[in-house]
Amino acid sequence: MNYITMRTFIVLFQKEFLQIKRNSFLPKLIVAFPILVMLLMPLIMTMDVKNVNISIVDMDRSSVSRRIMSHIEASDYFTLKQETTEYYFAMESLTKGDVDVIIMIPNDFEQDMMMSVPKRISIVANAVNATKGGIGMQYAIQSIMYSLKELRGERGPINVSDIITVENRYNPTLNYRHYMIPALMIILFILICGFLPALSIVGEKENGTIEQINVTPVSRFVFTLSKLVPYWIIGLFVLTIAMLVARLVYGLAPLDSIGAIYFGAVLFILTISGFSLTIANFSETMQQTMFVMFFFIMVFMLLSGLLTPIDSMPEWAQRFTLILPPRYFVEILRSIYLKGATIAELWVNFAALGLFAVIFNSLAAITYRKRV
Amino acid sequence: MRETVISIKDITKRFGDFTAVNNMSFDVYKGEIFGFLGANGAGKTTAMRMLCGLSYPTSGSGIVAGYDVMNEGERIKRHIGYMSQRFSLYNDLTVWENMRLFAGIYGLSSKETQERSMDLLNELNFTSSKDALVGSLPLGWKQKLSFVIATIHDPEIIFLDEPTGGVDPITRRQFWEMIYKAADKGTTIFVTTHYMDEAEYCSRVSIMVDGVIKALDTPMCLKQQFGVQTIDEVFRILARDAKRGGQ
Amino acid sequence: MKSSFGSFVKKESLHILRDKRTMLVVMLIPVMLMILFGFAISTEVNNINIAVVANNRTDGVKDAVERMSQNEYFTFIGYVYPDQIDGILRSNKANAVIVFDDDYERKLSQIANGVPVPPIIQVVVDASNVNTAGMATAYLQNILLEHDSQQSFFDTRMLFNPQMKSAYNFVPGIMGLIFILVCAMMTSVSIVREKEMGTMEVLLVSPVRPVKIICAKMVPYFLISCIVLVLIMALAQYLLGIPMEGGVAGIFALSILYLVLSLSLGLLVSTIASTQIVALLVSAMVMMMPILMLSGMLFPIENLPVFFKVVSNIVPARWYIDAIRKMMIQGESIVAVWKNCAILLGMTVVILGVSLKKFNDKLE
Repeated sequence: MNYITMRTFIVLFQKEFLQIKRNSFLPKLIVAFPILVMLLMPLIMTMDVKNVNISIVDMDRSSVSRRIMSHIEASDYFTLKQETTEYYFAMESLTKGDVDVIIMIPNDFEQDMMMSVPKRISIVANAVNATKGGIGMQYAIQSIMYSLKELRGERGPINVSDIITVENRYNPTLNYRHYMIPALMIILFILICGFLPALSIVGEKENGTIEQINVTPVSRFVFTLSKLVPYWIIGLFVLTIAMLVARLVYGLAPLDSIGAIYFGAVLFILTISGFSLTIANFSETMQQTMFVMFFFIMVFMLLSGLLTPIDSMPEWAQRFTLILPPRYFVEILRSIYLKGATIAELWVNFAALGLFAVIFNSLAAITYRKRV
Repeated sequence: MRETVISIKDITKRFGDFTAVNNMSFDVYKGEIFGFLGANGAGKTTAMRMLCGLSYPTSGSGIVAGYDVMNEGERIKRHIGYMSQRFSLYNDLTVWENMRLFAGIYGLSSKETQERSMDLLNELNFTSSKDALVGSLPLGWKQKLSFVIATIHDPEIIFLDEPTGGVDPITRRQFWEMIYKAADKGTTIFVTTHYMDEAEYCSRVSIMVDGVIKALDTPMCLKQQFGVQTIDEVFRILARDAKRGGQ
Repeated sequence: MKSSFGSFVKKESLHILRDKRTMLVVMLIPVMLMILFGFAISTEVNNINIAVVANNRTDGVKDAVERMSQNEYFTFIGYVYPDQIDGILRSNKANAVIVFDDDYERKLSQIANGVPVPPIIQVVVDASNVNTAGMATAYLQNILLEHDSQQSFFDTRMLFNPQMKSAYNFVPGIMGLIFILVCAMMTSVSIVREKEMGTMEVLLVSPVRPVKIICAKMVPYFLISCIVLVLIMALAQYLLGIPMEGGVAGIFALSILYLVLSLSLGLLVSTIASTQIVALLVSAMVMMMPILMLSGMLFPIENLPVFFKVVSNIVPARWYIDAIRKMMIQGESIVAVWKNCAILLGMTVVILGVSLKKFNDKLE
């Protein structure tokens, strides 16, 4: 960089910062938004199934059915919401959404069991929410099996833990929040570093100030860089706030080097801001920019494994996620934060992010047209 | 022989089917105030934007400040100043911050910026408003500031697109004094306007109708040629069968 | 004045129609979202990679591994050494590692004879994703203990969604989100834009009543949203095969009410915001985030802490999504969700009232 380019960059950079500082809304947003999101969202974003409401239709009214009921009641997963003898009532509660799973114990179940050909217990789960229905069903089966085996006084493997031990590595308390906190940080980056650069360019277009810049000899690379660097700094600031909140409030600190996290964040912010600037170069009005950005942000948030696992997607969708930059950062941040993975183990992800950063920022500079 | 700073040959600009500027040719000489007249929509701004390297000509050729309009747009920009029709300085920056920004873009060091800005502000009696946000200034001041900033790097040519639109007569007068002062120092001024009285202040004027230059000469010669008293009347005669824009 | 209202509507429609890019985006985005999320988003756990540590690969071990790889949920990726466990879990090559005791077979037969022994299988599961870990453990336990036979005790039924498609859960949520996006954001931004450009003043000095001007601005967006609604419904029915037994008419009626509500919200935002950026950010903060977080679209409302459960009551999308889910998937009629309808109607009246009043106050 020669002297003039350097000087140009410095004054443009100064200008960007002054504009952000003078805005009545942005500085507050940059500080308050990450804190609020990090404080509140982990309380909201829980998709773990921990409270399955059960209705038991007890047509047997025997000691066996009471046994099953008390075991259900004692479980952490279940809340026994309703106990009835009429299937109709249970069904009504299920349709209303008051209960998730109905367990129906048929007539003479206890008697039949003595003769070892009992009628089947029917379990009906509301599967509108497939995860909840599925997990609720599995747990209900386990719980009832446990009660039945206990009753039969069978020898042998009554208790699973006699044979199998389970180690929940990296998250021994199965805390869903620990899974979501890295995702939240990424959502913050996407919202702040994705929206603001685009809005700032389109704002200049709408105000006409960009024309005054275009008539000067400033190169489009320098101009693009001056739009990127402030958001880069803001992004790292946001990351620091978010990590502090995670540490102080939720006791979650990265298991491995903080340096690796910042390195990943640097690449990711560059990627997302470059993407944002590219979108802005193609848009004329705020309305357009916003709508296009919203589309991509929705795709990023919902398809890159932030909220729902990529492994659960169909094959073609999994392949599609390969072109979504956040996908790689999600994996980096979760692996470093929860599992203590190293840069060496995640090099593919870092390389992918680096590649995206180069592609989008070149695109942003190339598609920025000073002359029409 | 006077030195030519702008030399345009057969420049045309089309937007789809619409020909905004049609086969335009003219020369502008160093140090003159070149008036570019026309009704709204006649193609003045489009023509000026091509000269400033903001827009590519569809065809034709031209030299501005010694560089080719087609291929050397970025070089031209180093030697010109431009003041857009629409106020386009940063409203959320102060007077001084705007000056520092544009001086810096043209590569003035901070010391040079400091000196140059202070000189310009003194000339305008603006020193006290140095730290005022530009957005809070009255329109006339904003226009003067735009002009000053367009000249901050001492360009060879200054392009002014309707610089006095919407300002009061006194400010207009002051504005033209600033233009004269710059021209006296040898800077070429290229100014579009639709105020016909302003045309009288120019060294030469060209009158554009429907994308074509209909007349180009000194105000005096034009008036003689058409046998009328004012440029306004010249314009009325020429614009009689204009198809687009105008009243 | 009737004709002047018509001419305003025409002006607004032309504005939008001329802006082809925006039109395209407004139509295309909902369709893309429906297709992507209808097919791609899923919370089912159906592909768990398993690695095994076994020093003695006896028949018993091989048999257990064989049973796992035959299960549709699991993929067996190979045997590994004990010191590799952490590495393959950290690099996400496997979701769980099963460690068999060196003396697995002998001890297994001891258990069968009732001799107590310490555990002989250790499951190390990557619990960073809690749901996957939970499902993996539950399934693995059943397979390893050969509990498949237990199914014979039960008669199980997955009601309303027998194939357990996640789309059933997400489509109503996406509808709730899209309409807010199209109606509320687009109108608020377009009104504020006119304010910013100063063209609003020009319109307001005309003899037409301000309320009419505002309505005229909203009509085209309303019509666009109706087209989007039809598109979404068609996609839901024909592409995703969502039953909609509750009656298409009811779903349309409620959706139209929700559209009006979204438009009123947009108007409200436009009376508060003075610049487009602020209108955008306010829309994003007070509309997008609550819908994503508090409407039950993604995160079940019953999981929320009490405070947020209470807050979620004022999120219109919550009531809309709930009602649409019931009508689309559970086959309820609009009568059964009358409570949701009443709440949405009440909200619409209040929001519309407040925003019109604010709009008029501003003028005086």
